[in-house]
Amino acid sequence: MSILVDRKTRLLVQGITGNEGYFHTVQMVEYGTNIVAGVTPGKGGEWVLDGKVPVFDSVKIAVEATGANTSIIFVPARFASDAIFEAADAGLGLIVCITEGIPVQDMMRVRNYLDQKRVRLVGPNCPGLLTPDEAKVGIIPGDIAISGKIGVISRSGTLTYEVLYALKQVNIGVSTCVGIGGDPINGTNFIDCLEMFEGDESTEQVVLIGEIGGTDEERAADFIAGQMTKPVVGFIAGQTAPPGKRMGHAGAIIEAGSGLAMDKIKALEAAGVRVARHPEEIPSLLR
Amino acid sequence: MKLHEYQSKQIFNKYGIPIPNGKVAATPEEAKQIAEELGSRVVIKSQVLVGGRGKAGGIRLAKSAKETEELAGQILAMDIKGLPVRKVLVDEAANIDVEIYLGITNDRAAHKPVMMASAAGGVEIEEVARVTPEKIIKVHIDPLLGLRDYQARDIAAGIDLSRDHWRQFIHITKGLWNAFIDCDATLAEINPLVITAEGHLLAVDGKMVLDDNALYRHSDLAEMRDLDVEAPSEIEARRHGLSFIKLDGNIGCMVNGAGLAMTTMDIIKLFGGSPANFLDIGGGADAEKVAAALRIILADPNVQAVLFNVFGGITRCDEVAKGILTALEEVKPNVPMVVRLVGTNAEEGRQILANANMVTAETLADAAMKAVNVAKGVNL
Repeated sequence: MSILVDRKTRLLVQGITGNEGYFHTVQMVEYGTNIVAGVTPGKGGEWVLDGKVPVFDSVKIAVEATGANTSIIFVPARFASDAIFEAADAGLGLIVCITEGIPVQDMMRVRNYLDQKRVRLVGPNCPGLLTPDEAKVGIIPGDIAISGKIGVISRSGTLTYEVLYALKQVNIGVSTCVGIGGDPINGTNFIDCLEMFEGDESTEQVVLIGEIGGTDEERAADFIAGQMTKPVVGFIAGQTAPPGKRMGHAGAIIEAGSGLAMDKIKALEAAGVRVARHPEEIPSLLR
Repeated sequence: MKLHEYQSKQIFNKYGIPIPNGKVAATPEEAKQIAEELGSRVVIKSQVLVGGRGKAGGIRLAKSAKETEELAGQILAMDIKGLPVRKVLVDEAANIDVEIYLGITNDRAAHKPVMMASAAGGVEIEEVARVTPEKIIKVHIDPLLGLRDYQARDIAAGIDLSRDHWRQFIHITKGLWNAFIDCDATLAEINPLVITAEGHLLAVDGKMVLDDNALYRHSDLAEMRDLDVEAPSEIEARRHGLSFIKLDGNIGCMVNGAGLAMTTMDIIKLFGGSPANFLDIGGGADAEKVAAALRIILADPNVQAVLFNVFGGITRCDEVAKGILTALEEVKPNVPMVVRLVGTNAEEGRQILANANMVTAETLADAAMKAVNVAKGVNL
C-alpha cells in the first residue's frame, strides 16, 4: 500500500506538450506510471510519445474519454491557477501542481474554492509524489528511492532527494514520498499527510522535512503529540537563514519573529519527534 | 517587494483613502518649497525601507519653511540602519486626536487574507500583538467574496470607534481592501490611521509589500522597486535568474534547490564554519548560469572557500561541471574549492572536473567538513 498514488493512478498531464511537461512525461512513463492523457488547449487530436498518449483540448473531455483520476500540472505560473480550477471542475480527485511562482492571491482563491469540493491538491511549487515501484507523479528522480515502509513528507525538492538518497544508501525504502511544496499557500499540509500515513498499513514510520516560514511544522507537532502512534523523525532547514529574507521558496521567510527554525525544532522535539542535525543523520534516527 | 511610504499613500489615495497634503523632496530646497506651498506646520519623513525611522531621528516636525529646509538637509544626509536617505516626504502636520491601526495581510494558516485593527495605533502592531493581543481585532476575508460591509462594521465596533466615524472608517477599510487585491499586495497597512481634532480620518503613514510573483501583471508598480535595500550582488543575481542572498561568512555556497541551499548553509555552521551566501541555481541550470553564479560568489572579498553541492535531478551534473570550468577559466579564483556532485550524470561531471584542482567529497557532511577546513587554510 501507499498513499495518494499507486498502480491504479490514471494520470493526466496538463501542459503535456510544453518543454517541462513533455520531458517529465517521458520520465514518468519510463518509471511505469500509467499516463492516460495529456491536455494542451489548441492541440486536441494530437498524440505524443510515439502515438501512445492522446492530447485533448480540455481536462473535461480528457477525463470523459480516458477515465483519468489524477492530474499533474506543468503549466506556466500565470496560467496555473486556471489549470487547477479546470482540473477541479472536471471532477478529478487528486491534482498535483509542480509550477513555481504562482501569485499568492491566485492560490488563495484556488484554495478557498477547492475547500468547497471533494478534491485534493498537492503543491504548488513541489516535486510531486513517488510511490516506489508503483507510480511517479512528479519530478522526483525515480532511481534514488526504493520501496519500503517509511513515509516521507517535505516542503522542499532537492533536499527531499538528498534524504531519499541517504535512506537508499542504507537500504531503507519508502512507502510514498510527498512533496507538499514551498509556497505559503498550498493544497496539502503536513497534518494531511501525517493523517494519511498514520492510516496506511504499509507505512511504519514517517520522515517530516520542514523549513523556515509559517507555522505548519508547529501545528504538525501538535498533531503528532495528540494523534500519531507511528514514530516520526524530523529535519528543519534554515537555521542560519536571516530574518525578513525570502530563501528561494516563496514560503521560506521569517516574518515578525514567526517561522524560525529553532521554534519548529523545539515544537517537534516536545512532541517526541527525533530531529536530525543534518539530512544524512536521518537514517540513524529511524527505529 | 516593499514600497515606500509615499508610494503606498499615493496608492491608498487612489482608492479613496484620505492622506495628508504633501509631496516628496530630494533636496532641502525642494522641501522648503513644499513647506511654503503647504503654508502650515509640516512633518519631514525620511523615505527608507526600514522600521524605526522615528527613533533614528528620521522623522521631524518643522514650524516654518526655513526650519523645513534645515531639517530636511539633516535628514537627507543621514544613513538609517545602513540605508541612505535619498528622499523625504513633506506632509502637512495633522492635529492628531486618536491613533488607530488598520492593516491587511495574508494568514497562511487560514489560507485567507486577514484584516486587523486596533485602537492602539501608532506603535508597531507586532508589539501590540505581543503585549496586549486582546487589543487587536482580526477578521478573515473570503478571497472569493471580498470584504463584506458587516465585517467592516464589526471591525469599527470591535475597536470601539465612535459611531460618528463609522461611515468614513468603512469607506477606508474598503479602499484598503481594494488596494490590497488590485496591487497583489501581501501587506497593506495604515499605521496610524488618525482621527484629527477636526474629526476627520486620515492615513498619516502607509506601508505596502507586493508579491514578487505577481509583478508580471503590474509593470507600473514593478518600476517602483528601490534597489538600495538589496546588495549589488543580489541585483546582479536576479538579472541572471538566480536566487541569491548575501550573508556575512567566508564560505561561498553554490547549490541547486532552495531547501538544499539552506541545508548546506546550516551544515557549514554545524561544523564550525560560516556561510557567505544563500544561492539556489535553480532546476535545470546550464553552464552559463553556473558561471554567472560563481562570478557573483567570488566577487565577495570575504569568500575564502567555495562549496558546490549539486544533487542532479532535472539539473545535470555534467552541465554544472561545464559551467564551473567556464567560470574558472574566466575568473581564475585563488580560493580553494570543494565539490560534491550526486545524481543525474554525476560521474560525467566528476570526470569533467578531474583536472580542475578541486577537493571532491562524497557525502554532504564530508563536503561541509572539507569546506570548513580549507576555509581555515588547512591543506587537503
